Amino acid sequence: CTALINSAVLRNITFSKDRYDSFIDLQEKLHQNICRKRALVAIGTHDLDTISGPFTYTARPPSEIRFKPLNQSKEYTASEILDLYRTDSQLKHYLHIIENKPLYPVIYDSNGVVLSMPPIINGDHTKISINTRNVFVECTATDITKAKIVLDILVTMFSEYCEKQFIVEAAEVTYLNGKTCIYPELAYRKEKVKPDLINKKIGISETPSSLAKLLTRMCLKSHVTGNGNNIEIEIPPTRADIIHACDIIEDAAIAYGYNNIQMTIPKTYTIANQFPLNKLTELLRQDLAAAGFTEALTFALCSQEDIADKLGVDICSTKAVHIANPKTAEFQVARTSLLPGLLKTIAANKKMPLPLKLFEISDIVVKDSTKDVGARNQRNLCAIYYNKNPGFEFIHGLLDRVMQLLSVPPSKESGYLIKAAEDSAFFPGRCAEILAKGQSIGKLGVLHPDVITKFELTMPCSALEIKIEPFL
Amino acid sequence: MGANYPSLPACCVALMPSSEALGTEHCQRQDTGPPVRSPQVIEAEQRSSKRWELTPEGQEIVQEGSHEARVFDSIPAEGLPQSELMKLPSGKVGFSKAMSNKWVRLDKNADGGPRIFRAVESVRDSVREKLQLVQQGEAESLEEKDRNELKKRKLLMEVVIKTYWIRKGSAFSTTVTKQETDLTPEMIASGSWRDLKFKAYNFAALGIMPESGHLHPLLKVRTQFRQIFLEMGFTEMPTNNFIESSFWNFDALFQPQQHPARDQHDTFFLQDPAEATDFPMDYLKRVKKIHSQGGYGSQGYKYDWKLAEARKNILRTHTTAVSARMLYRLAQQKFAPAKYFSIDRVFRNETLDATHLAEFHQIEGVVADYGLTLGDLMGTLREFFTKLGISQLRFKPAYNPYTEPSMEVFSYHQGLQKWVEVGNSGVFRPEMLLPMGLPEGVSVIAWGLSLERPTMIKYGINNIRELVGHKVNLQMVYDGPLCRLDA
Repeated sequence: CTALINSAVLRNITFSKDRYDSFIDLQEKLHQNICRKRALVAIGTHDLDTISGPFTYTARPPSEIRFKPLNQSKEYTASEILDLYRTDSQLKHYLHIIENKPLYPVIYDSNGVVLSMPPIINGDHTKISINTRNVFVECTATDITKAKIVLDILVTMFSEYCEKQFIVEAAEVTYLNGKTCIYPELAYRKEKVKPDLINKKIGISETPSSLAKLLTRMCLKSHVTGNGNNIEIEIPPTRADIIHACDIIEDAAIAYGYNNIQMTIPKTYTIANQFPLNKLTELLRQDLAAAGFTEALTFALCSQEDIADKLGVDICSTKAVHIANPKTAEFQVARTSLLPGLLKTIAANKKMPLPLKLFEISDIVVKDSTKDVGARNQRNLCAIYYNKNPGFEFIHGLLDRVMQLLSVPPSKESGYLIKAAEDSAFFPGRCAEILAKGQSIGKLGVLHPDVITKFELTMPCSALEIKIEPFL
Repeated sequence: MGANYPSLPACCVALMPSSEALGTEHCQRQDTGPPVRSPQVIEAEQRSSKRWELTPEGQEIVQEGSHEARVFDSIPAEGLPQSELMKLPSGKVGFSKAMSNKWVRLDKNADGGPRIFRAVESVRDSVREKLQLVQQGEAESLEEKDRNELKKRKLLMEVVIKTYWIRKGSAFSTTVTKQETDLTPEMIASGSWRDLKFKAYNFAALGIMPESGHLHPLLKVRTQFRQIFLEMGFTEMPTNNFIESSFWNFDALFQPQQHPARDQHDTFFLQDPAEATDFPMDYLKRVKKIHSQGGYGSQGYKYDWKLAEARKNILRTHTTAVSARMLYRLAQQKFAPAKYFSIDRVFRNETLDATHLAEFHQIEGVVADYGLTLGDLMGTLREFFTKLGISQLRFKPAYNPYTEPSMEVFSYHQGLQKWVEVGNSGVFRPEMLLPMGLPEGVSVIAWGLSLERPTMIKYGINNIRELVGHKVNLQMVYDGPLCRLDA
């Protein structure tokens, strides 16, 4: 819940049209980025002359909150306001932050005037115009670190336009437990970084004073200290991004000019190794193309139907990985077979001359509870032959060729064998299972006419799909 | 030859598709192509001409009369209910035409429903007359606008007729010597080839391409990149895991849990399996601390780090998640310098367009060693891109949550006459490396680019769907050249 708030005052500020537009624009940008679309921090800026402190940040039932929202002509209750902005292209995205809560946040002044109902909308009463002289800034938040950063940025950027330049008036926040805080913090921090380190990390050799000058140019005021072997840097509140010495080092490199740095080659001597599975894949690809098949590259994500209904099975039996909230059906699951992708490739290339012989060696995804993430990839090899005749002998021949390339003989004891099997994706009596390395490595056969039609194809088709990891 | 053809000079012969001479409909006959010609004996020239003919509907009208005339004829003196008229075969078409010709009129308020009456005594079926003229071969006598009107009503069509005009060639002769086409084993054995005349080859024609399979263009480029990394001594990382936990994909890389990239909009989260269960817990504790409190010389992000968020499974958004796993593994042993690379699929849940898909391939290179500098990163990039044939490089400051300094890499594109981005790079943040247990003096430099972009530029492809996925242009795959990347 948004129980945190900080605030400050910009006194006697002079806005021009540009400054005013920029003021609104900066709030919007902060809301989109660091405030995470107002979910972490919500900024409210008010004409201080229209209200009187002290201000109270509290929560009330929606029905009890009543005010005229910014740029509206009459008063509404909180629930009515939510309804009012349900179709607003900007504000509708923020309603969910408070919508289902029993109490809504609200800020009142000492006379009960509503400043705002964060994070949705300010009251019209306190709206700022070009003529506003005194601005009250408040940031309500669920993350106090971010709120401090936001407030600091806003006031530092615009205190320039106050009568007393670069002076910000503080505001004291009193919490329910009696604790008080003064905001804005505008914390300046001092860091010490060794010039040697800066030079070493970048790959330059500048003197300490030269480095201090470079950093000062980046608005990180620095000077040399110690025996000249250290640099002290003042980190202003406008640089919330400086959280480690490496951030300072980057600024030094930018000031030096990346393109001025001498390019060197690391002396790192290593011997390269290929990932065995990829090495095998590369070898097989070449020979499959030599065998007359053409390589396809299909999507790893598809619809549930693609891997289940269209192949005559139930989605639960596929052990597929499911995506949460897919935008379209094309991203419902990760594929458990390469076959749908190849069939879709043929369907998209119907005008090509027959026979169409395609292959793909790529990963499918299956659930696996033994893995730390609960799923793993599996490298499959899939080939299809699409023609006026199913060409089972060609697909079978391709399997024999692949086994030959892998030095696996056609023998029951030490090699591979094929035995009749049933599978809803294949034509009855024209399907076989392939056994090798002590396991079933896949299937081949003539595709079932239902599969052919469901993938919007018209010709007979034979297919082969095996896993190749057992052959590593 | 029909009467339509001008008389021919004696030296020429006009060849018509022969069915014309036989009186059969030429549009039914199939075009068998130009007559065989061997050079020098005769010369042939193709000409085409057009003429007008009736469509089947047009012919029907010549016989039965136009729809509107038939409608007119079927209305008796007392008129006809509209509903009945519409039942007649020519009813619908004829009625609207007859109305626009003002041949009939409609009385909406008649007894028994809307009724149609003749508006004039008699009509002249000019449409039928015009079509009869065409049938008799006098289409030219009609005005062009009449012809176009009838064509619009699909009663008339223009037919193109091709003819071949043949004249004697320079080597014309009435004797025919048969020419051999090719050597045969018998000719070789008997030596008879010495006495035979062989037909000239037409070297301008193409040969017969060998029957072959083909490799996919994107994967051909991948093979070359793999080669380049191996030549530079980089070891391939095991990237065969599309499913990754948020921990390795984001948290281990010091990307905060509130970062926009972890939104539903950019990342695919999993419904099943929804959460990762296994983590190196000591390391996880250090990651939690550096995010929420800082340490190792860092302020940290100072927010509430949640384990539940880190456990969420996703489809990895970058292969840098694998680099993180590898660097962690490297840190668990006595440190030895390493160079790693990977080229594999990543997933983004963003808006799709002509150059963006939900899945694409990322190329990543990583070097881990003592004392690496930003200059070393730039030098490594120069060697890498030189092998791609890209020599002019410039670097621009950039931002990544897990590298600092970060650089965008640009190269000058001669064709586009401008600097284009070719990659992203940086030095991994200490907040990422130190909790893993890597020694303090060790720097890790890294860079990445997509595989699709250079492939599309190299092969001149504008729409990524023609390259990746099932809508691939197979002809392009068949015809694709070698992927040649030359320094």
